Amino acid sequence: MLAYLVRRLTGSLLVLALMSLVVFLLIGLMPGDPVDLMIAGNPGLTAADATRLRALYGLDQPLFDRYLAWAGQALSGDFGWSRSFSRPALEILGGALLQTLQLLIPALLLALGMAVPLGLLAAARPRGLLDRLAEGLAILSLSVPTFWLALLLIYLFAVELRWLPAGGSGDGSTFGGLTALVLPVATLAIGSLGHFLRFMRAAAGEAMTQDWVRTARAKGVTRQRLLSRHVLPAASLPLVTLVGLSVGGLFSGALVTEILFRQLGVGRVLYDAIQGNDYNLALVGLLLATAATLLGNLLADLAYARLDPRIKLT
Amino acid sequence: MNRDRPSLLNRLLRQPTALLSLAFLLLVAAAGLAATPIANWLGFDMSLVDLLGAKQPPSPEHWLGTDELGRDLGMRLLEGGRISLSVALLAALGAAAIGTAIGLLAGEHGGWLDTLLMRGTDAVIALPLLPLLIVLSAIDLTKLGVSPEVAQGDAAKLLRLVLVIVLVGWTTTARLVRAATLQSLAQDYVRAARAMGASSGRVLRRHVLPNIAAPILVATTLSAGQIILFESVLSFLGLGLDPSTPSWGRMLAGAQDLLWDAPHLALFPGIAILLTVASLNLLGDGLQVALDPRRLTAR
Repeated sequence: MLAYLVRRLTGSLLVLALMSLVVFLLIGLMPGDPVDLMIAGNPGLTAADATRLRALYGLDQPLFDRYLAWAGQALSGDFGWSRSFSRPALEILGGALLQTLQLLIPALLLALGMAVPLGLLAAARPRGLLDRLAEGLAILSLSVPTFWLALLLIYLFAVELRWLPAGGSGDGSTFGGLTALVLPVATLAIGSLGHFLRFMRAAAGEAMTQDWVRTARAKGVTRQRLLSRHVLPAASLPLVTLVGLSVGGLFSGALVTEILFRQLGVGRVLYDAIQGNDYNLALVGLLLATAATLLGNLLADLAYARLDPRIKLT
Repeated sequence: MNRDRPSLLNRLLRQPTALLSLAFLLLVAAAGLAATPIANWLGFDMSLVDLLGAKQPPSPEHWLGTDELGRDLGMRLLEGGRISLSVALLAALGAAAIGTAIGLLAGEHGGWLDTLLMRGTDAVIALPLLPLLIVLSAIDLTKLGVSPEVAQGDAAKLLRLVLVIVLVGWTTTARLVRAATLQSLAQDYVRAARAMGASSGRVLRRHVLPNIAAPILVATTLSAGQIILFESVLSFLGLGLDPSTPSWGRMLAGAQDLLWDAPHLALFPGIAILLTVASLNLLGDGLQVALDPRRLTAR
C-alpha cells in the first residue's frame, strides 16, 4: 500500500516536472518578451537600459538555464510572481482554486445525482422508453459545446426571464452568491452528464446479465430491491474510477464557464494570464490544474481499492 | 464474396440513426464545398456589407436572418461548416496516424515500451486539456523561424490549430488500436505466420493492420466530434482562427456580445455544431455495432 502510494506520487511529480519543463520552453516561443513590453510602456528606456534589465531579470541567459533557476526556486516553494497582479502567483491561484472547487464539486454531484438513477432505471428495461430517452440525453450532453450551452442559459434565464444573475460572484450576500452559482453549475453538470450516464447505463446493463442477478430474481427479490441492493453497488463501483479520470475534463469545462460567467477561477486566471503575456502565472496555473487532476485520479483509485475488497494495491 | 457476411454498407443500412447521421454529414460537407455557387444562385452577395439590413431576425428572404454585417446567416453557416469540417478532418486524420503508430508499437513490442507508452497515454488523457490547449495556442510562430507574413496568414493559423489539437487528440485511437493489436496478435494464424518466419513488419502489415482498420475508423469518427468541439471552443476564446476564416465557433465569438440584440446569431451556429457533433457520435456508435461481427447474430 505504502509502496503503491510512493510510486504513484513519484509518477505524478514526474508528470508535473516534465510538464513544467515543456511549458517553460514553450513560453520562450510566445509573443511579448517582458522587457519589450516595458519598452513599449515607457519610451524613455534606452537600448542600454533594456540590456541591463535583461541581465537583471536573467533574460540574457539560455532558456534551459532559466528553467533550472525557476525549478530550483519552485522546489523551495517559491513559484515566482505574477507580472500583471504584482503578487506571488500561488497567492492569486489559491483563491482561484477555491472558486473553481465551488463550481466543480456541486456540478460533479449534480451530474452523478442525475446519471446514476437514470442509468440504473434505463438498464432495468433495455430498449424501453426511458432507455431511449437516456441515450438521447447522453448524446446531446456529449455533443453540446459547453460555451454555447452557457450562452443559451444566460439568454434564457438572465436576459429573457430575469430569474438568475448572468454569473459574477453575487452581491456579497450568501443568497446572492448561491444564485450566481446556479447557471455555471448547471452548465457544467449538463456538459459532463453524458459520460457518466453512458458509463452507468453500460455498467448496470452488464450487471443485469450476471448470474447473481438471475439467482436473486429466482429467489423472489423485488425489482426495486434488486436494483437498489444488487445492481446499484456493482455498477456504481467502477464509476469511482471514471470520476477520478474526469477531473481533467471538468477543469476544461470549468474554464469555459468561468470565462462566460465572469468568475475568477483557475481557468479564468489562466486564460487572462495568457492573454496578458503573464506567463509565469499561466505556467503555475497550468501546473496547479494538472496537480489537482492527478490528485483526483489518485484519490479515485484509492477509494476504489477501499470500496472493492477484491482490489489490492501493490 | 462471402454470403454469410453482409457488407459494411448493408449492416449500416440496418441502422437508421447512423445512416441519417452519415447523410447529414455528407450534406453539410457538400453544401460547404458548394457554398459560393449556392450563394450566387440564390442571389446573395457574401462580400456585400449592408449595415441597414444587419442583425435581422429570420425572414422569408433570409431564412436564418442576417449577421452583424447584413450577410445571410444561412450562407455564412455553410461556409463555416466547410472550415469546421476541414479542421476536424485534418486533425482527426493526424490524430489517427499518431494514435495508430503508438497503439501498434505498444501492442506489438509489449514489455517496457508498452508500459511506457500506455502510462504516457493515460497521463495525457488525465490532463486538463483545454488549459493546455490554450497555452499551446499562444505560441508565436515567428519565434520558430516562420516568416511574419506566413505566420500571420490564415493557413498558418489553421495549421497551428490542427497541430495543437492533434497533439492531444490521439489517445482514444492509441488505446483502441493497442487492444485490437493484442487481440489479433493472439490469433492462431498470426502465430502460424510467425512460426513460418514472417518478419514483424510483415505480420503487422498483412495480418494486424487489416484487422484493426475497423477500430481505427470508429475511433477516428468519434474523435472527429471531439475535435469539432475543441476547435469551436478555441475559436470562441479567440485562440483559434481569425474572423476572416469564420468557423462555427468563431461565429459564436462574435455573437456573444450581440446576445441582447440578435440572439439568433448565437442560436444557429450552436445548433450547427450540436447536430454535426451528434451525427459524428451516432455514426461512430453505428459503425462500432456494424463492424463488430459478434453483434450480427445477437440483434
